[in-house]
Amino acid sequence: MDWLMSNLYVFVLATFLGFEVIRRVSPLLHTPLMSLTNAISAISLVGSLVILGEQRSALSTALGAIAVTASTINVVSGFLITDRMLKMFKKRNPKE
Amino acid sequence: MTELPIFTQLSYLAAAALFVLSLKWLSAPTTARRGVAAGEIGMALAIAGTLLLPDIVSYRWIIVTLLVGTAIGIPLAYLMPMTHVPQRTALSHSFGGLAVGLVGTAKYYLWAAADPARLTHFTIGVICFEVLLGFLTFTGSLMAFGKLQELLPTRPIVYRGQNVVNLSLFALALIIAVYLTIYPLTSSLFPALIALALAFGVLLILPIGGADMPTVIALLNSYAGLSASAMGFVLENKLLIIAGALDGSSGFILSIIMCRAMNRSFTNVLFGAFGQAAATQTGSEERPIRSASPEEAADILLSAARVAIIPGYGMAVAQAQHKVRELFDQLTRRGVEVKFGIHPVAGRMPGHMNVLLAEADIPYDRLLEMEEINAELSHTDVALIIGANDVVNPAAKNDHASPIYGMPIIEADKARTVMVIKRSMNPGFAGIENPLYYMDKTLMLFGDAKSFIGEIVKAIAAQKS
Repeated sequence: MDWLMSNLYVFVLATFLGFEVIRRVSPLLHTPLMSLTNAISAISLVGSLVILGEQRSALSTALGAIAVTASTINVVSGFLITDRMLKMFKKRNPKE
Repeated sequence: MTELPIFTQLSYLAAAALFVLSLKWLSAPTTARRGVAAGEIGMALAIAGTLLLPDIVSYRWIIVTLLVGTAIGIPLAYLMPMTHVPQRTALSHSFGGLAVGLVGTAKYYLWAAADPARLTHFTIGVICFEVLLGFLTFTGSLMAFGKLQELLPTRPIVYRGQNVVNLSLFALALIIAVYLTIYPLTSSLFPALIALALAFGVLLILPIGGADMPTVIALLNSYAGLSASAMGFVLENKLLIIAGALDGSSGFILSIIMCRAMNRSFTNVLFGAFGQAAATQTGSEERPIRSASPEEAADILLSAARVAIIPGYGMAVAQAQHKVRELFDQLTRRGVEVKFGIHPVAGRMPGHMNVLLAEADIPYDRLLEMEEINAELSHTDVALIIGANDVVNPAAKNDHASPIYGMPIIEADKARTVMVIKRSMNPGFAGIENPLYYMDKTLMLFGDAKSFIGEIVKAIAAQKS
């Protein structure tokens, strides 16, 4: 029961931390915010890798393979497109 | 749970800290790219820490799937036009949901076969929650993708008793989940739970119309995060719990902002089937409108001192953002002050318009939020509305009978002259009449946004300054 309670504490505190941090994000950047959190939550890759790598059963390996592919797509495209978008946000050109 | 080796634990701890920093740095455009770098480092550390785990006995398939995922992910990030960002976001929510659902399924069958003692009531309860949320996010987001990509009809699809069907399906899924929680080893019920979750995701998004997409995408974002967090509880992995909670709260905040910007509640968005009821009330009596040519519009813009441009989804559809930038340059060069007013729900996802305008190289300090632009509109000479409709509809303020009454709007009607670029007089998506078009100070500019603005730009360039 100990690990459960400590995990619940972690969850609750992380949620509040998330609220505080994300409340401050300017509406200007809400689209990049969504693609960045998307990439971050693709951390489920970590769990999928273990399922795939430990090769306990044919079923779990197959499901793990799909899960790793899907989360890798999210990690790679999520970070890259966020950066691509952020590069476009510029202040006024210096020449003006 | 087997104890994780110390280096894996430390890499997870560092990753969690970096993810928080990443979101913190994203708060302002000046530090935002540093935020992405922090997130990337965190992710790389977590992956490295995982690959070193002794549980992993074979790397062959890991390498193959990582390469395949990267090969698909890179073009998805670089080849996707910015107007398609909402579609890409919906697609990635569905991938996220799928991965989470599959891992939950794999864990259930592994433990049911080899280690039933691990399937405590609590664990199986969380697995059910994870699988339910993961798979409904998967199909729900696929539906959202289909609607945004216009593979599916964008209008709400409604039928009689829809809410009853949806709720009873969800109730059935909950009953199965509760039954499994009490009797963890009735594995014959598990596929039924998956099927119900998949079906519920489809049915939930069917009645959602295009104008509600910003809220729904934000909500699915939140679901994707929460399901990843649930996976963390199943795998007893705190990093997953933290990252999922951050994503979950982010999506939740965004969907609250979207709901507020439409003056609606979650239940109303999900079960209200907006736009259908409103379409009947267009008792279209012919009222006089004034229209203008590109040359006339150019003259009016040139004689203005302050111009506010209010873009909407129509600008994205017409791909007009680069022409808008040319107009912005021409006017700025001639001493006209041009600002942009961005409504929170303009477009198909939160922040959609900002990304498009930034892509067209419009400096971000010219992009104003609704409250800021509203404070300036009464001393603005021209409000130029490009492909926006409901977000500038004054009926939201003064017509109690209007379906959008109470929704905060950009008060374009306060400007001295209003110009609206629009294809025709057809009412917009929601089928709601817009009295703004019939005001004496309003000029309708009929045509495709991209070519019309192109002609205005030509007309301005032709004039000697």
